[in-house]
Order: sequence, then structure tokens, then C-alpha cells
Amino acid sequence: MRKERIRKGRMKQRTLRRIFTLHIPLLLIVGFALAPYVWTFITSLTPEEDLYLAGFRYFPSNPTGTNYQRLFSRIDYGRNILDSLIVASCTMLLGLSITVPASYSFSRHRFRGRTVLLAQFLVINMFPVVLLLVPLFILMRILGLMDTHLSLIIAYSTFTIPFSTWMLTGFFNAIPRELDEAAQIDGCNRFTTLLRVVLPVALPGISATGIYVFITAWNEFIYAAILTGSNVRTIPIALQNMIGEFKIAWGLLTAGGVVSAVPVIILFFFIQRQLIHGMTAGAVKG
Amino acid sequence: MMQKSMKRWDLFPYLLLSPAMLVTILVIFYPIVRTFTYSFMQYILWKPKEIRFIGFGNYLKALEDPVFWISFQNTLIWIVGVISLQLLLGFGTALLLNQKFFWRGIARSLVLIPWVTPSVITALMWRWMYDGNRGIINDLLVRAGILSSYFPWLANDKTALYAIILALMWQGFPFFAIMILAGLQAIPETLYEAAEVDGASTWQKFTRITLPMLVPVLFTSLMLRIIWVANSLDIIYIMTGGGPGYATHTLPVYSYIRAYKGMDFGYASTIAVVLTLLITLFVAMYVRKILRMEDRGTV
Repeated sequence: MRKERIRKGRMKQRTLRRIFTLHIPLLLIVGFALAPYVWTFITSLTPEEDLYLAGFRYFPSNPTGTNYQRLFSRIDYGRNILDSLIVASCTMLLGLSITVPASYSFSRHRFRGRTVLLAQFLVINMFPVVLLLVPLFILMRILGLMDTHLSLIIAYSTFTIPFSTWMLTGFFNAIPRELDEAAQIDGCNRFTTLLRVVLPVALPGISATGIYVFITAWNEFIYAAILTGSNVRTIPIALQNMIGEFKIAWGLLTAGGVVSAVPVIILFFFIQRQLIHGMTAGAVKG
Repeated sequence: MMQKSMKRWDLFPYLLLSPAMLVTILVIFYPIVRTFTYSFMQYILWKPKEIRFIGFGNYLKALEDPVFWISFQNTLIWIVGVISLQLLLGFGTALLLNQKFFWRGIARSLVLIPWVTPSVITALMWRWMYDGNRGIINDLLVRAGILSSYFPWLANDKTALYAIILALMWQGFPFFAIMILAGLQAIPETLYEAAEVDGASTWQKFTRITLPMLVPVLFTSLMLRIIWVANSLDIIYIMTGGGPGYATHTLPVYSYIRAYKGMDFGYASTIAVVLTLLITLFVAMYVRKILRMEDRGTV
């Protein structure tokens, strides 16, 4: 009886300690991670004129969806979304169709120059955007591609190709080579081995990489600011343009931000596990 | 074995690689070479008649350019500030997430949200929170009695850079949290069990087992992150545009402003080249230092 009570007391003490050393600190960190979103979302529900009333209010007295309506009726946000969709999906498709064979080659074949070529993709990943910006700008002008979707798709391959090659090589390495050998014994040639046997198995890794590329292209600002103008306007540029010289329409801006960030966050949750696995694998083993 | 030596030049792997290499040469290597060339030229887009080679002219100009040195100094503050804050918070988060509790899965997912947040959104959200008239940060600080009146965090040249550093800490700490968490989970449980048998304290276990076992992870993630932070410019550019004055100019921001606003492609290229050389130098020194530590067995 008494022993029982002492044990219960100790358990209670342990739970209490865990509340202070684990649950509360982590709740604070999670709160910190989410707070900007919560505040942005609340602002987006506040009528624009209420934002400038005297007295600070945490929640609008009459939350509305007017900001979201105005986003699509007044400033043509639908077209910005379409532009972003075109650029991001083409960047993803172009990137994957180029890097899947390349990474398969790095993973399955040992050939002269392999190490140098593979290392090269890691090194170019480190170069700053500003190192490539000016020549790409001049190149696009000469090719007459300024202010087109294609100019962004080409520019974005500067970071999607090195990144995807590394990620995909890791994913292919995780697939046992015996699979390829079995396929070849069963009469596949080298192309059909890749297409019919290895690709389906690698699909989770490939789609995770593809979605990550899509997200990066969807979010990109710097190239879009310099390579596009009135004809093609992706979401980040549209948002930046809402910042006026003196007054900023925060209601509209926060609504635009929510609309653009939510799909990205949802997409990310689908690929989280795969992506983190791919990213951390090298570092942990290294 | 026979087969291998017979076809010494198997073209198949190169065939698979060729599209990626072709595009890389076209959109990365060719532009890099061009940027190096431009860095030795006077090249202002709206003065096409005056485009010519000037040797090291731009580099000498940079040495005497006070804005270049301000940007250089800001870049250092920026890197040290962002990285140390991200590392600290990320490490703490990883240690917490490495324990077993019922909402761990949800916590891990939610903590990742800042990391997937587009830079433009991060910049706008924080700009709104810092706002001098309606910013919630000002409201909370005044309510808590820390401030007596609203303060324009991003419009003041003493606070602007640090305010952006805090915003980037928010966006980047999940990266460290995830990398370090993966490192923690790779440490075999038996090491801790053995240490417990020997009567080691929690602190001893942390300094003697956890930290040394994390060195490879910390090494990789720190290097990747430093490079990334040194190059990052979108958040700064959207939050302050490099201002007020030159208070938030870093080297990438300065180069971008020179190219985009001034159309001074020659000088912008020079700054980009200097930045790249500095990063390369840093990486080389960093890797050498780590290799030496490994040789001496300190790691």
C-alpha cells in the first residue's frame, strides 16, 4: 500500500518534470513557428479600413472574406496563380526528365570522370544567384525570351538540376542492384530496365524530388523580378507589387500570402518523410 | 571482368548524362564565365557605347567603395547572427523532439512549417508584424511595458539588420532541427546504456556521447547553411530593399541592386565574383580544418 503510494508520487513528479522540461518548451517553439501564420490569417479576415482604426484589436469585430474576393476580382490573382502553375510544373517536368537519367547513370555505372562530374553538381549548388543573374538576363534579351514563361523555366533549371541530381542519386542508390540484374536476366535491355523496372520502384523518391522542385519554383522571387514584367507575373512578384510607395494594402497582401502558402504547405506534408530521409541520409552517414 | 576490360569506353552512362550536362554548361558554366568577363569590363546597360575592358578597374573601385565595405561587414554580422540563432534554436528543438511523447509526430510536422514558407511570404509576414503603426510586435512590447511607444524596427538603421536576422532565424531553424534530430536518432542506444552503468550524469552523457557523435552532422549542416545564408538575398530585399540607407546591404543585395536598379552589370559582376571567391575560400579552409582535426583524432 505504502510502496504503491510512493511509486505513484514519483510518477507524478516525473510527469510534472516532463511538463516543464519537454511539453511547455516545445509548445513555445511550435507557437513561435505558427504565430506569424496565425497573425497573417487573422489580418486577412479583417476589412482593410478596420486595420487603421484607433485602438489595437487582436480579432476583427466582423471577420469577412472581402480581401479574398478582391484578390480575384480586382487584381487578377487568378492569372498570377496560373502563371506560377505553368512555370512551376514545366520546371519540374523539364528538371525530372533531365536528371532522372543522369542520376540513374551516377548510381548504376562506374565510368571515367564520374566522381568529378558528381562533385561538380554539388559545387555549383553553392554558387550565389547573383553570379548567374546578369549573363542570364543578357542571354534572355538576345534570345527574345524576356517576360516569358520559358525564361523562368530555363533560369530555374540552374538550381533544380544540381539539387535533383543529388537527391535522385541517393534514392537510386537505395534500390538494390540485384533488381537491375534480375530484370536483365528476364530479357530487359538497359533502357527497358530503367523504364519498366527501376523507375516504378523509385517513384516515391522521384515524386518527392519533383514536388520539392515545384515548391522552389513556385516560391522563387529573384529571377522572376529581373526576367519577367507585365506579361508573365508569378505570385511572389504579384505580392511584392502590392507594396505601394507609401501605403501597403495589408488586408489584400495577407490574403494573397495565405492563398499562396497553403498549397505549398499541404504539398510538403505529402513528401516530408521522403525528402527528409533523402536530405539527412548523406549527412548522418558522412 | 573480361567484359569490363573489353569495352573500355562504354558510352551508355555518358548518353544518360548528356542532357543534364548540356543544360548545365549552357545555363551555369557559360554564365559563370561571362560574369567573370563582365567583372573586368565597364558595362552599364544604358551606356552601350562605353562598354569596354578596364582590367582590374572594378576591383580597385570596390576596394575604395565604402558601400562595398559596409556590405561586407553586414554580410559577416548577418551570417554569424543568423547561423548562431538558427543553430541554437534548432539544437534545442531537436533535443526536445528526440524524446518519446504522444504528440511528437504532430510537433515535428508543425515545426517544419517555417522552413517551407516561401521567402516572399516570410518577408511580408514579418514586415507586417514589425510594422511601425500596426505591428503586433510593437503592440505586445508596449503592453508588456518594455517599450513606451511604437518603434519602426525596419526603418531604423540600428535595428533593421537584426530585425531581419530574427525573421531568417524563424525561417531556417527547422533545417537544423531536422538534421540534428536525424543525427541524434542515429546514435546507438547501447552507448547511453553503457554510460548509465558507469554512473554518468545527464550532462556527461551529453558532452561525452551526444556532442562527439553529432560532429559529422553538425559539420555538414553548418557548411550548407552558411553558404546558403551568405548567398540569400530575397528576404532582405523584400523586407527593406537594402535600406534604410545602406543599413541592410549585404554583398548579394548590393550586387543585385547594382545590376537591377543601376543596370551596372560590370560592377555588379565584380561584387558577385568577390562574394563567390570569399565563399570558396571559406569552404576550402573549413574542409581543411575538419580534415586536420580528423587526422589528429580530435573528432
